[in-house]
Amino acid sequence: MCNGDEGDPGAFMDRSIMEGDPHRMLEGMIIAGIACGASEGYIYVRAEYPLAVSRLKKAIEQAKEYGLLGENILGSGFSFNIHINRGAGAFVCGEGSALTASIEGKRGMPRVKPPRTVEQGLFDMPTVLNNVETFANVPLIIRNGACWYKSIGTEKSPGTKAFALTGNIENTGLIEVPMGTTLRDVIFDIGGGMRGGADFKAVQIGGPSGGCLSKKDLDLPLDFDSLKKAGAMIGSGGLVVMDNNTCMVEVARFFMNFTQNESCGKCVPCREGTKRMLEVLERIVEGNGQDGDIELLLELADTISATALCGLGKAAAFPVVSTIKNFREEYEAHIYDKKCPTGNCQKLKNIIIDASLCKGCSKCARSCPVGAITGKVKEPFVIDQSKCIKCGACIETCAFHAILEG
Amino acid sequence: MSETFDYSVVDGILTEHGISETAIIAILQSIQEEYHYIPKEVFPYLSEKLKVSEARIFSVATFYENFSLEPKGKYIIKVCDGTACHVRKSIPIIERLRKELGLSGTKPTTDDLMFTVETVSCLGACGLAPVITVNDKVYAEMTPDKASELIKQLREGNADD
Ligand SMILES: Cc1cc2nc3c(=O)[nH]c(=O)nc-3n(C[C@H](O)[C@H](O)[C@H](O)COP(=O)(O)O)c2cc1C
Ligand code: SF4
Ligand code: FES
Repeated sequence: MCNGDEGDPGAFMDRSIMEGDPHRMLEGMIIAGIACGASEGYIYVRAEYPLAVSRLKKAIEQAKEYGLLGENILGSGFSFNIHINRGAGAFVCGEGSALTASIEGKRGMPRVKPPRTVEQGLFDMPTVLNNVETFANVPLIIRNGACWYKSIGTEKSPGTKAFALTGNIENTGLIEVPMGTTLRDVIFDIGGGMRGGADFKAVQIGGPSGGCLSKKDLDLPLDFDSLKKAGAMIGSGGLVVMDNNTCMVEVARFFMNFTQNESCGKCVPCREGTKRMLEVLERIVEGNGQDGDIELLLELADTISATALCGLGKAAAFPVVSTIKNFREEYEAHIYDKKCPTGNCQKLKNIIIDASLCKGCSKCARSCPVGAITGKVKEPFVIDQSKCIKCGACIETCAFHAILEG
Repeated sequence: MSETFDYSVVDGILTEHGISETAIIAILQSIQEEYHYIPKEVFPYLSEKLKVSEARIFSVATFYENFSLEPKGKYIIKVCDGTACHVRKSIPIIERLRKELGLSGTKPTTDDLMFTVETVSCLGACGLAPVITVNDKVYAEMTPDKASELIKQLREGNADD
Protein backbone atom coordinates (compact mmCIF):
# COMPACT_ATOMS: atom_id res chain seq x y z
CA MET A 1 0.00 0.00 0.00
CA CYS A 2 1.20 3.43 -0.86
CA ASN A 3 0.07 6.17 1.50
CA GLY A 4 -0.80 9.23 -0.58
CA ASP A 5 -3.29 10.58 1.93
CA GLU A 6 -1.07 13.54 2.78
CA GLY A 7 -3.52 14.83 5.34
CA ASP A 8 -1.22 17.28 7.09
CA PRO A 9 -2.27 20.82 6.35
CA GLY A 10 0.73 22.70 5.06
CA ALA A 11 2.28 19.73 3.26
CA PHE A 12 2.29 18.99 -0.47
CA MET A 13 5.41 16.94 -1.18
CA ASP A 14 3.52 13.79 -2.03
CA ARG A 15 1.22 15.70 -4.30
CA SER A 16 4.13 16.97 -6.34
CA ILE A 17 5.56 13.48 -6.75
CA MET A 18 2.22 11.92 -7.70
CA GLU A 19 1.51 14.70 -10.18
CA GLY A 20 5.02 15.37 -11.41
CA ASP A 21 6.80 12.02 -11.42
CA PRO A 22 4.28 9.23 -10.92
CA HIS A 23 6.40 6.61 -12.68
CA ARG A 24 9.16 6.84 -10.11
CA MET A 25 6.67 5.98 -7.40
CA LEU A 26 5.10 3.16 -9.42
CA GLU A 27 8.56 1.71 -10.04
CA GLY A 28 9.22 1.81 -6.31
CA MET A 29 5.98 -0.04 -5.68
CA ILE A 30 6.80 -2.70 -8.27
CA ILE A 31 10.23 -3.23 -6.71
CA ALA A 32 8.61 -3.47 -3.28
CA GLY A 33 6.19 -6.03 -4.73
CA ILE A 34 9.09 -8.18 -5.90
CA ALA A 35 10.90 -7.79 -2.59
CA CYS A 36 8.00 -8.97 -0.45
CA GLY A 37 6.24 -11.25 -2.90
CA ALA A 38 3.10 -9.16 -3.31
CA SER A 39 1.03 -9.23 -6.49
CA GLU A 40 -1.39 -6.40 -5.70
CA GLY A 41 -0.55 -2.80 -4.94
CA TYR A 42 -2.91 -0.09 -3.70
CA ILE A 43 -2.43 3.65 -3.79
CA TYR A 44 -4.60 5.69 -1.45
CA VAL A 45 -4.87 9.28 -2.66
CA ARG A 46 -6.68 12.00 -0.76
CA ALA A 47 -9.85 13.40 -2.24
CA GLU A 48 -8.43 16.88 -2.68
CA TYR A 49 -5.93 15.71 -5.32
CA PRO A 50 -7.97 14.93 -8.46
CA LEU A 51 -5.05 15.78 -10.74
CA ALA A 52 -2.82 13.29 -8.93
CA VAL A 53 -5.44 10.61 -9.49
CA SER A 54 -5.70 11.28 -13.20
CA ARG A 55 -1.91 11.41 -13.67
CA LEU A 56 -1.47 8.17 -11.73
CA LYS A 57 -4.16 6.49 -13.79
CA LYS A 58 -2.44 7.57 -16.97
CA ALA A 59 0.95 6.41 -15.68
CA ILE A 60 -0.47 3.01 -14.77
CA GLU A 61 -1.95 2.68 -18.28
CA GLN A 62 1.39 3.61 -19.83
CA ALA A 63 3.26 1.12 -17.64
CA LYS A 64 0.81 -1.60 -18.66
CA GLU A 65 1.36 -0.80 -22.33
CA TYR A 66 5.08 -1.25 -21.89
CA GLY A 67 4.50 -4.51 -20.06
CA LEU A 68 5.92 -3.10 -16.82
CA LEU A 69 2.71 -3.76 -14.93
CA GLY A 70 0.19 -6.59 -15.16
CA GLU A 71 0.71 -10.28 -15.80
CA ASN A 72 4.15 -11.80 -16.28
CA ILE A 73 6.08 -8.54 -16.28
CA LEU A 74 8.80 -8.52 -19.01
CA GLY A 75 8.57 -12.29 -19.15
CA SER A 76 9.88 -12.62 -15.59
CA GLY A 77 6.95 -14.64 -14.32
CA PHE A 78 6.25 -11.86 -11.78
CA SER A 79 2.81 -10.26 -11.92
CA PHE A 80 1.81 -7.01 -10.27
CA ASN A 81 -1.31 -4.85 -10.46
CA ILE A 82 -1.82 -1.40 -9.01
CA HIS A 83 -5.20 -0.04 -7.89
CA ILE A 84 -6.09 3.51 -6.96
CA ASN A 85 -8.39 4.34 -4.07
CA ARG A 86 -9.61 7.84 -3.45
CA GLY A 87 -10.01 9.14 0.07
CA ALA A 88 -13.14 10.93 1.16
CA GLY A 89 -11.91 13.55 3.55
CA ALA A 90 -10.87 11.89 6.78
CA PHE A 91 -7.45 12.81 8.15
CA VAL A 92 -7.26 9.72 10.36
CA CYS A 93 -7.22 7.54 7.21
CA GLY A 94 -3.51 8.30 6.91
CA GLU A 95 -3.01 5.97 9.86
CA GLY A 96 -2.15 2.47 8.63
CA SER A 97 -5.05 0.42 10.01
CA ALA A 98 -7.61 3.15 9.23
CA LEU A 99 -6.26 3.35 5.69
CA THR A 100 -6.71 -0.39 5.36
CA ALA A 101 -10.30 -0.17 6.59
CA SER A 102 -10.99 2.62 4.15
CA ILE A 103 -9.67 0.67 1.16
CA GLU A 104 -11.88 -2.21 2.28
CA GLY A 105 -14.84 0.14 1.99
CA LYS A 106 -15.42 0.69 5.71
CA ARG A 107 -15.36 3.58 8.14
CA GLY A 108 -11.71 4.58 8.38
CA MET A 109 -11.15 3.87 12.05
CA PRO A 110 -7.87 2.63 13.47
CA ARG A 111 -7.83 -0.68 15.31
CA VAL A 112 -5.88 -2.05 18.22
CA LYS A 113 -2.40 -3.29 17.36
CA PRO A 114 -0.99 -5.95 17.33
CA PRO A 115 -1.56 -7.58 14.91
CA ARG A 116 0.41 -5.03 12.97
CA THR A 117 -0.30 -4.24 9.34
CA VAL A 118 2.76 -6.26 8.25
CA GLU A 119 1.22 -9.31 9.90
CA GLN A 120 -2.43 -8.74 9.13
CA GLY A 121 -3.27 -5.78 6.94
CA LEU A 122 -5.39 -5.27 3.88
CA PHE A 123 -8.02 -8.03 3.51
CA ASP A 124 -6.25 -9.71 6.45
CA MET A 125 -3.14 -10.31 4.37
CA PRO A 126 0.37 -9.26 5.38
CA THR A 127 0.77 -5.74 4.03
CA VAL A 128 3.61 -3.31 3.54
CA LEU A 129 2.65 0.33 3.96
CA ASN A 130 4.91 3.15 2.86
CA ASN A 131 4.63 6.78 2.00
CA VAL A 132 4.78 8.20 -1.54
CA GLU A 133 8.18 9.78 -1.03
CA THR A 134 9.59 6.55 0.39
CA PHE A 135 8.52 4.56 -2.67
CA ALA A 136 9.83 7.26 -5.00
CA ASN A 137 13.27 6.97 -3.38
CA VAL A 138 13.55 3.25 -4.03
CA PRO A 139 14.36 3.23 -7.78
CA LEU A 140 17.17 5.76 -7.26
CA ILE A 141 18.67 3.71 -4.45
CA ILE A 142 18.49 0.50 -6.50
CA ARG A 143 20.12 2.23 -9.47
CA ASN A 144 22.88 4.08 -7.62
CA GLY A 145 23.40 1.77 -4.68
CA ALA A 146 22.90 2.13 -0.95
CA CYS A 147 26.38 3.61 -0.47
CA TRP A 148 25.48 6.49 -2.74
CA TYR A 149 22.30 7.19 -0.79
CA LYS A 150 24.09 6.94 2.55
CA SER A 151 26.75 9.40 1.41
CA ILE A 152 24.07 12.12 1.54
CA GLY A 153 22.69 13.38 4.82
CA THR A 154 23.86 12.37 8.27
CA GLU A 155 24.99 9.01 9.58
CA LYS A 156 21.78 8.16 11.42
CA SER A 157 19.47 9.88 8.95
CA PRO A 158 20.83 9.28 5.46
CA GLY A 159 19.49 10.69 2.21
CA THR A 160 17.47 13.76 1.44
CA LYS A 161 14.09 14.95 2.55
CA ALA A 162 11.54 17.11 0.81
CA PHE A 163 9.97 19.85 2.88
CA ALA A 164 7.03 22.05 2.06
CA LEU A 165 7.99 25.56 3.10
CA THR A 166 5.00 27.76 3.80
CA GLY A 167 3.69 30.48 6.09
CA ASN A 168 5.06 33.98 6.65
CA ILE A 169 8.15 33.37 4.58
CA GLU A 170 9.47 35.08 1.46
CA ASN A 171 9.93 32.02 -0.78
CA THR A 172 7.27 29.41 -0.32
CA GLY A 173 7.36 26.08 -2.09
CA LEU A 174 8.92 22.68 -2.08
CA ILE A 175 12.55 22.11 -1.25
CA GLU A 176 14.68 19.02 -1.09
CA VAL A 177 17.71 19.15 1.18
CA PRO A 178 20.15 16.64 2.61
CA MET A 179 19.10 15.39 6.02
CA GLY A 180 20.82 17.37 8.73
CA THR A 181 20.52 20.80 7.06
CA THR A 182 19.88 23.39 9.75
CA LEU A 183 16.59 25.20 10.18
CA ARG A 184 18.44 28.49 9.79
CA ASP A 185 19.68 27.51 6.32
CA VAL A 186 16.24 26.36 5.31
CA ILE A 187 14.41 29.45 6.52
CA PHE A 188 16.87 32.26 5.87
CA ASP A 189 18.96 30.96 3.01
CA ILE A 190 16.57 28.90 0.92
CA GLY A 191 13.39 30.49 2.24
CA GLY A 192 14.79 34.01 1.83
CA GLY A 193 13.84 34.99 5.36
CA MET A 194 10.64 36.37 6.70
CA ARG A 195 7.98 38.09 4.67
CA GLY A 196 7.78 41.84 4.89
CA GLY A 197 10.87 42.02 7.12
CA ALA A 198 9.08 40.72 10.22
CA ASP A 199 10.97 38.80 12.89
CA PHE A 200 11.06 35.03 12.96
CA LYS A 201 9.10 33.59 15.83
CA ALA A 202 8.43 29.90 15.40
CA VAL A 203 8.25 27.12 12.91
CA GLN A 204 5.72 24.37 13.06
CA ILE A 205 7.10 21.09 11.88
CA GLY A 206 5.58 17.69 11.25
CA GLY A 207 1.95 18.55 10.69
CA PRO A 208 -0.83 19.33 13.14
CA SER A 209 0.55 16.92 15.67
CA GLY A 210 4.12 18.10 15.37
CA GLY A 211 5.77 20.63 17.58
CA CYS A 212 6.55 24.32 17.33
CA LEU A 213 10.23 25.19 17.42
CA SER A 214 11.42 28.63 18.42
CA LYS A 215 14.38 30.93 17.79
CA LYS A 216 16.69 28.94 20.03
CA ASP A 217 16.24 25.89 17.82
CA LEU A 218 17.32 27.64 14.61
CA ASP A 219 20.66 25.85 14.50
CA LEU A 220 19.10 22.48 14.96
CA PRO A 221 20.00 20.04 12.18
CA LEU A 222 16.89 18.61 10.56
CA ASP A 223 17.34 14.91 11.20
CA PHE A 224 15.29 12.33 13.08
CA ASP A 225 17.31 12.24 16.29
CA SER A 226 17.90 15.96 16.80
CA LEU A 227 14.26 16.78 16.29
CA LYS A 228 13.13 14.07 18.63
CA LYS A 229 15.39 15.51 21.30
CA ALA A 230 13.88 18.95 20.75
CA GLY A 231 10.40 17.51 21.20
CA ALA A 232 9.41 17.69 17.55
CA MET A 233 9.42 15.37 14.57
CA ILE A 234 9.95 15.53 10.83
CA GLY A 235 6.68 13.74 10.16
CA SER A 236 5.39 14.59 6.75
CA GLY A 237 7.87 17.41 6.25
CA GLY A 238 5.54 20.38 6.38
CA LEU A 239 7.28 23.51 7.64
CA VAL A 240 4.98 26.37 8.50
CA VAL A 241 6.96 29.46 9.39
CA MET A 242 5.41 32.04 11.71
CA ASP A 243 6.50 35.60 12.34
CA ASN A 244 6.32 37.62 15.52
CA ASN A 245 2.76 38.72 14.80
CA THR A 246 1.53 35.19 15.38
CA CYS A 247 -0.14 34.36 18.68
CA MET A 248 1.14 30.98 19.82
CA VAL A 249 -1.84 30.28 22.08
CA GLU A 250 -4.14 30.83 19.14
CA VAL A 251 -1.92 28.55 17.04
CA ALA A 252 -2.23 25.82 19.69
CA ARG A 253 -6.00 26.32 19.73
CA PHE A 254 -6.06 26.07 15.95
CA PHE A 255 -4.24 22.72 15.94
CA MET A 256 -6.34 21.34 18.75
CA ASN A 257 -9.43 22.33 16.82
CA PHE A 258 -8.08 20.43 13.82
CA THR A 259 -7.27 17.24 15.73
CA GLN A 260 -10.47 17.40 17.70
CA ASN A 261 -12.40 17.65 14.45
CA GLU A 262 -10.52 14.76 12.93
CA SER A 263 -10.66 12.45 15.94
CA CYS A 264 -12.52 9.37 14.76
CA GLY A 265 -14.19 9.02 18.14
CA LYS A 266 -13.30 5.42 18.74
CA CYS A 267 -11.43 5.84 21.99
CA VAL A 268 -12.37 8.00 24.97
CA PRO A 269 -9.04 9.72 25.74
CA CYS A 270 -8.86 11.22 22.28
CA ARG A 271 -12.56 11.85 21.71
CA GLU A 272 -13.22 13.47 25.08
CA GLY A 273 -9.72 14.60 25.98
CA THR A 274 -9.14 16.69 22.88
CA LYS A 275 -12.53 18.30 23.38
CA ARG A 276 -11.69 19.30 26.94
CA MET A 277 -8.29 20.65 25.89
CA LEU A 278 -9.92 22.65 23.14
CA GLU A 279 -12.39 24.12 25.63
CA VAL A 280 -9.57 25.26 27.88
CA LEU A 281 -7.66 26.79 24.96
CA GLU A 282 -10.78 28.52 23.71
CA ARG A 283 -11.48 30.11 27.03
CA ILE A 284 -7.87 31.28 27.28
CA VAL A 285 -7.95 33.07 23.92
CA GLU A 286 -11.31 34.56 24.81
CA GLY A 287 -9.89 36.08 27.96
CA ASN A 288 -11.57 33.71 30.40
CA GLY A 289 -8.48 31.70 31.26
CA GLN A 290 -8.11 30.70 34.91
CA ASP A 291 -5.24 30.09 37.23
CA GLY A 292 -4.26 26.43 36.82
CA ASP A 293 -5.25 26.16 33.16
CA ILE A 294 -1.69 25.59 31.98
CA GLU A 295 -1.25 22.77 34.48
CA LEU A 296 -4.61 21.31 33.48
CA LEU A 297 -3.59 21.34 29.82
CA LEU A 298 -0.32 19.59 30.60
CA GLU A 299 -2.06 16.97 32.70
CA LEU A 300 -4.65 16.26 30.01
CA ALA A 301 -1.86 16.11 27.43
CA ASP A 302 -0.04 13.53 29.48
CA THR A 303 -3.06 11.31 29.93
CA ILE A 304 -4.18 11.50 26.31
CA SER A 305 -0.70 10.72 24.96
CA ALA A 306 -0.37 7.74 27.25
CA THR A 307 -3.77 6.19 26.62
CA ALA A 308 -5.04 7.05 23.12
CA LEU A 309 -5.36 4.20 20.68
CA CYS A 310 -3.69 5.58 17.58
CA GLY A 311 -1.08 8.11 16.60
CA LEU A 312 -3.61 10.87 16.10
CA GLY A 313 -4.63 10.89 19.74
CA LYS A 314 -1.14 10.13 21.01
CA ALA A 315 0.27 13.20 19.28
CA ALA A 316 -2.75 15.48 19.56
CA ALA A 317 -1.36 17.44 22.48
CA PHE A 318 2.09 17.91 20.96
CA PRO A 319 1.54 21.46 19.68
CA VAL A 320 0.08 22.52 23.03
CA VAL A 321 2.93 21.03 25.04
CA SER A 322 5.58 22.49 22.77
CA THR A 323 4.04 25.97 22.72
CA ILE A 324 3.72 25.92 26.51
CA LYS A 325 7.35 24.87 26.73
CA ASN A 326 8.64 27.52 24.34
CA PHE A 327 6.14 30.35 24.83
CA ARG A 328 4.78 29.92 28.34
CA GLU A 329 4.82 33.68 28.94
CA GLU A 330 2.27 34.14 26.18
CA TYR A 331 -0.12 31.77 27.87
CA GLU A 332 0.42 33.63 31.14
CA ALA A 333 -0.26 36.99 29.54
CA HIS A 334 -3.58 35.71 28.23
CA ILE A 335 -4.61 34.10 31.51
CA TYR A 336 -3.39 36.57 34.13
CA ASP A 337 -3.15 39.93 32.34
CA LYS A 338 -6.02 39.24 29.93
CA LYS A 339 -3.76 40.50 27.15
CA CYS A 340 -2.69 38.98 23.87
CA PRO A 341 0.93 40.14 23.39
CA THR A 342 0.60 40.01 19.60
CA GLY A 343 -2.84 41.58 19.50
CA ASN A 344 -4.28 38.65 17.55
CA CYS A 345 -6.98 37.49 19.89
CA GLN A 346 -10.10 39.39 19.02
CA LYS A 347 -11.72 39.07 22.44
CA LEU A 348 -8.67 40.48 24.20
CA LYS A 349 -8.45 43.57 22.08
CA ASN A 350 -9.45 47.01 23.24
CA ILE A 351 -11.35 48.93 20.64
CA ILE A 352 -10.92 52.65 21.04
CA ILE A 353 -12.04 55.80 19.28
CA ASP A 354 -9.34 58.29 18.40
CA ALA A 355 -10.90 61.55 19.61
CA SER A 356 -8.78 63.64 17.25
CA LEU A 357 -10.13 61.82 14.19
CA CYS A 358 -13.74 61.33 15.31
CA LYS A 359 -16.14 63.76 13.67
CA GLY A 360 -19.06 62.74 15.88
CA CYS A 361 -21.24 61.41 13.08
CA SER A 362 -22.82 58.75 15.36
CA LYS A 363 -22.68 56.06 12.68
CA CYS A 364 -20.65 53.78 14.95
CA ALA A 365 -23.08 54.10 17.83
CA ARG A 366 -25.86 52.95 15.55
CA SER A 367 -23.82 50.00 14.29
CA CYS A 368 -22.89 48.71 17.75
CA PRO A 369 -25.05 45.68 18.52
CA VAL A 370 -24.76 46.07 22.30
CA GLY A 371 -25.06 49.83 22.64
CA ALA A 372 -21.54 50.28 24.00
CA ILE A 373 -20.88 53.53 22.10
CA THR A 374 -22.28 56.78 23.30
CA GLY A 375 -21.67 60.48 22.63
CA LYS A 376 -23.09 63.76 21.43
CA VAL A 377 -23.34 64.42 17.71
CA LYS A 378 -20.40 66.51 16.39
CA GLU A 379 -18.34 65.63 19.49
CA PRO A 380 -16.02 62.61 19.84
CA PHE A 381 -17.83 59.42 20.82
CA VAL A 382 -16.55 56.91 23.41
CA ILE A 383 -16.73 53.15 23.83
CA ASP A 384 -17.69 51.63 27.16
CA GLN A 385 -15.09 48.81 27.44
CA SER A 386 -17.18 46.84 29.93
CA LYS A 387 -20.02 46.58 27.41
CA CYS A 388 -17.94 46.17 24.23
CA ILE A 389 -17.95 42.60 22.86
CA LYS A 390 -15.05 43.36 20.45
CA CYS A 391 -17.02 42.44 17.38
CA GLY A 392 -15.40 45.16 15.28
CA ALA A 393 -18.65 46.25 13.64
CA CYS A 394 -17.93 49.92 14.43
CA ILE A 395 -14.47 49.76 12.85
CA GLU A 396 -15.95 48.76 9.53
CA THR A 397 -18.61 51.48 9.54
CA CYS A 398 -16.35 54.42 10.46
CA ALA A 399 -15.70 56.52 7.37
CA PHE A 400 -12.90 58.48 9.07
CA HIS A 401 -10.82 55.50 10.26
CA ALA A 402 -11.11 56.91 13.76
CA ILE A 403 -11.72 53.58 15.47
CA LEU A 404 -8.69 51.45 16.23
CA GLU A 405 -7.84 48.14 17.80
CA GLY A 406 -5.23 48.36 20.51
CA MET B 1 -37.79 2.33 -2.82
CA SER B 2 -38.87 5.61 -4.33
CA GLU B 3 -41.19 5.61 -7.33
CA THR B 4 -39.93 8.89 -8.69
CA PHE B 5 -36.18 8.43 -8.32
CA ASP B 6 -34.30 7.45 -11.46
CA TYR B 7 -32.20 4.46 -10.45
CA SER B 8 -30.61 3.95 -13.86
CA VAL B 9 -27.90 6.47 -12.95
CA VAL B 10 -27.03 4.41 -9.88
CA ASP B 11 -27.08 1.23 -11.96
CA GLY B 12 -24.53 2.75 -14.32
CA ILE B 13 -22.29 3.61 -11.38
CA LEU B 14 -22.62 0.12 -9.97
CA THR B 15 -21.61 -1.41 -13.28
CA GLU B 16 -18.58 0.86 -13.44
CA HIS B 17 -17.27 0.04 -9.95
CA GLY B 18 -18.47 -3.54 -9.64
CA ILE B 19 -21.09 -4.82 -7.22
CA SER B 20 -18.85 -5.26 -4.22
CA GLU B 21 -18.89 -4.21 -0.62
CA THR B 22 -15.33 -2.93 -0.88
CA ALA B 23 -16.41 -0.44 -3.55
CA ILE B 24 -18.89 1.39 -1.28
CA ILE B 25 -16.73 4.49 -0.96
CA ALA B 26 -16.06 4.72 -4.70
CA ILE B 27 -19.76 4.18 -5.44
CA LEU B 28 -20.83 6.91 -3.02
CA GLN B 29 -18.21 9.23 -4.52
CA SER B 30 -19.60 8.73 -8.00
CA ILE B 31 -23.14 9.26 -6.76
CA GLN B 32 -22.08 12.47 -5.07
CA GLU B 33 -20.34 13.65 -8.24
CA GLU B 34 -23.59 13.12 -10.09
CA TYR B 35 -25.98 14.77 -7.62
CA HIS B 36 -23.60 16.98 -5.54
CA TYR B 37 -24.92 15.12 -2.50
CA ILE B 38 -26.13 11.67 -1.60
CA PRO B 39 -29.89 11.44 -2.03
CA LYS B 40 -31.52 9.36 0.71
CA GLU B 41 -33.25 7.22 -1.92
CA VAL B 42 -30.00 5.47 -2.80
CA PHE B 43 -29.47 3.83 0.61
CA PRO B 44 -32.16 1.11 0.43
CA TYR B 45 -31.30 0.53 -3.21
CA LEU B 46 -27.57 0.08 -2.59
CA SER B 47 -28.31 -2.07 0.42
CA GLU B 48 -30.30 -4.48 -1.69
CA LYS B 49 -27.83 -4.52 -4.56
CA LEU B 50 -24.69 -4.89 -2.47
CA LYS B 51 -26.34 -7.25 0.02
CA VAL B 52 -25.21 -5.28 3.06
CA SER B 53 -27.33 -3.47 5.64
CA GLU B 54 -28.45 0.09 5.07
CA ALA B 55 -26.81 0.98 8.35
CA ARG B 56 -23.47 -0.21 7.01
CA ILE B 57 -23.69 2.11 3.99
CA PHE B 58 -25.01 4.94 6.13
CA SER B 59 -22.09 4.48 8.53
CA VAL B 60 -19.65 5.05 5.69
CA ALA B 61 -21.58 8.00 4.26
CA THR B 62 -21.60 9.78 7.62
CA PHE B 63 -18.00 9.03 8.59
CA TYR B 64 -16.26 10.74 5.71
CA GLU B 65 -16.37 14.49 5.66
CA ASN B 66 -16.76 14.77 1.88
CA PHE B 67 -20.11 13.04 1.76
CA SER B 68 -23.09 15.29 2.18
CA LEU B 69 -26.61 14.13 2.84
CA GLU B 70 -27.93 17.64 2.23
CA PRO B 71 -28.20 19.22 -1.23
CA LYS B 72 -25.43 21.73 -1.96
CA GLY B 73 -25.28 24.93 -3.95
CA LYS B 74 -24.39 25.32 -7.60
CA TYR B 75 -21.13 27.01 -6.58
CA ILE B 76 -19.30 25.17 -3.85
CA ILE B 77 -16.80 27.53 -2.32
CA LYS B 78 -14.15 25.87 -0.20
CA VAL B 79 -12.06 28.15 1.94
CA CYS B 80 -8.83 26.62 3.13
CA ASP B 81 -8.19 27.03 6.82
CA GLY B 82 -5.19 24.74 6.90
CA THR B 83 -2.10 25.82 8.81
CA ALA B 84 -0.43 27.72 6.01
CA CYS B 85 -3.60 29.54 5.02
CA HIS B 86 -4.55 30.19 8.63
CA VAL B 87 -1.31 32.02 9.40
CA ARG B 88 -1.84 34.06 6.26
CA LYS B 89 -5.26 35.12 7.50
CA SER B 90 -7.95 32.92 6.07
CA ILE B 91 -10.53 33.63 8.82
CA PRO B 92 -11.43 37.15 7.58
CA ILE B 93 -12.09 35.63 4.15
CA ILE B 94 -14.49 33.06 5.56
CA GLU B 95 -16.23 35.73 7.60
CA ARG B 96 -16.63 38.01 4.62
CA LEU B 97 -18.02 35.26 2.39
CA ARG B 98 -20.51 34.18 5.04
CA LYS B 99 -21.55 37.78 5.62
CA GLU B 100 -22.03 38.47 1.91
CA LEU B 101 -24.15 35.37 1.47
CA GLY B 102 -25.95 35.38 4.81
CA LEU B 103 -24.45 32.04 5.79
CA SER B 104 -22.90 30.62 8.93
CA GLY B 105 -21.04 27.55 10.14
CA THR B 106 -24.33 25.76 10.69
CA LYS B 107 -26.02 27.08 7.56
CA PRO B 108 -23.57 26.45 4.73
CA THR B 109 -25.89 26.72 1.73
CA THR B 110 -27.99 29.64 0.48
CA ASP B 111 -31.74 29.04 0.22
CA ASP B 112 -31.68 29.46 -3.57
CA LEU B 113 -29.10 26.63 -3.76
CA MET B 114 -26.63 28.94 -5.50
CA PHE B 115 -23.75 28.99 -3.02
CA THR B 116 -22.28 26.65 -0.44
CA VAL B 117 -19.43 27.88 1.74
CA GLU B 118 -17.29 25.29 3.49
CA THR B 119 -13.94 25.28 5.18
CA VAL B 120 -11.35 22.65 4.43
CA SER B 121 -8.04 21.93 6.05
CA CYS B 122 -5.51 22.23 3.28
CA LEU B 123 -6.06 22.07 -0.44
CA GLY B 124 -2.43 21.21 -1.06
CA ALA B 125 -1.70 24.60 -2.58
CA CYS B 126 -0.17 26.11 0.54
CA GLY B 127 2.48 28.01 -1.39
CA LEU B 128 -0.31 30.19 -2.75
CA ALA B 129 -1.95 30.77 0.65
CA PRO B 130 -4.58 31.83 1.48
CA VAL B 131 -6.43 29.73 -1.04
CA ILE B 132 -10.07 29.18 -1.88
CA THR B 133 -11.65 27.03 -4.55
CA VAL B 134 -14.92 27.45 -6.37
CA ASN B 135 -16.06 24.11 -7.80
CA ASP B 136 -12.42 22.97 -7.61
CA LYS B 137 -11.02 25.97 -9.50
CA VAL B 138 -8.26 27.47 -7.39
CA TYR B 139 -8.12 31.15 -6.47
CA ALA B 140 -4.78 32.05 -4.89
CA GLU B 141 -3.69 34.75 -2.46
CA MET B 142 -7.19 35.74 -1.52
CA THR B 143 -8.30 38.71 0.52
CA PRO B 144 -11.78 39.52 1.87
CA ASP B 145 -12.21 42.17 -0.85
CA LYS B 146 -11.20 39.78 -3.62
CA ALA B 147 -13.69 37.29 -2.20
CA SER B 148 -16.52 39.85 -2.36
CA GLU B 149 -15.56 40.67 -5.92
CA LEU B 150 -15.59 36.99 -6.84
CA ILE B 151 -19.10 36.51 -5.44
CA LYS B 152 -20.21 39.49 -7.46
CA GLN B 153 -18.72 38.02 -10.62
CA LEU B 154 -20.27 34.61 -10.00
CA ARG B 155 -23.67 36.21 -9.47
CA GLU B 156 -23.33 38.28 -12.64
CA GLY B 157 -21.96 35.37 -14.66
CA ASN B 158 -24.97 33.47 -13.53
CA ALA B 159 -27.28 36.24 -14.61
CA ASP B 160 -25.81 35.87 -18.09
CA ASP B 161 -26.56 32.22 -18.56
C1 LIG C 1 -3.33 10.09 12.32
C2 LIG C 1 -2.25 9.69 11.37
C3 LIG C 1 -2.21 10.25 10.10
C4 LIG C 1 -1.23 9.89 9.19
N1 LIG C 1 -1.26 10.46 7.96
C5 LIG C 1 -0.32 10.10 7.05
C6 LIG C 1 -0.35 10.65 5.75
O1 LIG C 1 -1.20 11.47 5.43
N2 LIG C 1 0.60 10.26 4.85
C7 LIG C 1 1.56 9.34 5.18
O2 LIG C 1 2.37 9.00 4.33
N3 LIG C 1 1.62 8.82 6.43
C8 LIG C 1 0.70 9.15 7.37
N4 LIG C 1 0.74 8.58 8.61
C9 LIG C 1 1.82 7.61 8.91
C10 LIG C 1 1.45 6.25 8.39
O3 LIG C 1 0.69 5.58 9.37
C11 LIG C 1 2.67 5.40 8.08
O4 LIG C 1 3.50 5.43 9.18
C12 LIG C 1 3.44 5.88 6.89
O5 LIG C 1 2.62 5.98 5.77
C13 LIG C 1 4.58 4.93 6.60
O6 LIG C 1 5.34 5.47 5.55
P1 LIG C 1 6.95 5.52 5.58
O7 LIG C 1 7.42 4.55 6.61
O8 LIG C 1 7.31 5.15 4.20
O9 LIG C 1 7.30 6.93 5.89
C14 LIG C 1 -0.23 8.95 9.55
C15 LIG C 1 -0.25 8.40 10.83
C16 LIG C 1 -1.24 8.76 11.73
C17 LIG C 1 -1.23 8.14 13.10
S1 SF4 D 1 -6.74 8.13 19.18
FE1 SF4 D 1 -8.42 9.36 18.30
S2 SF4 D 1 -8.29 9.01 16.11
FE2 SF4 D 1 -7.08 7.39 17.11
S3 SF4 D 1 -8.51 5.70 17.42
FE3 SF4 D 1 -8.63 6.94 19.26
S4 SF4 D 1 -10.34 8.36 18.85
FE4 SF4 D 1 -9.74 7.50 16.88
S1 FES E 1 -2.96 25.11 4.19
FE1 FES E 1 -4.25 26.02 2.70
S2 FES E 1 -3.66 25.01 0.88
FE2 FES E 1 -2.49 24.00 2.40
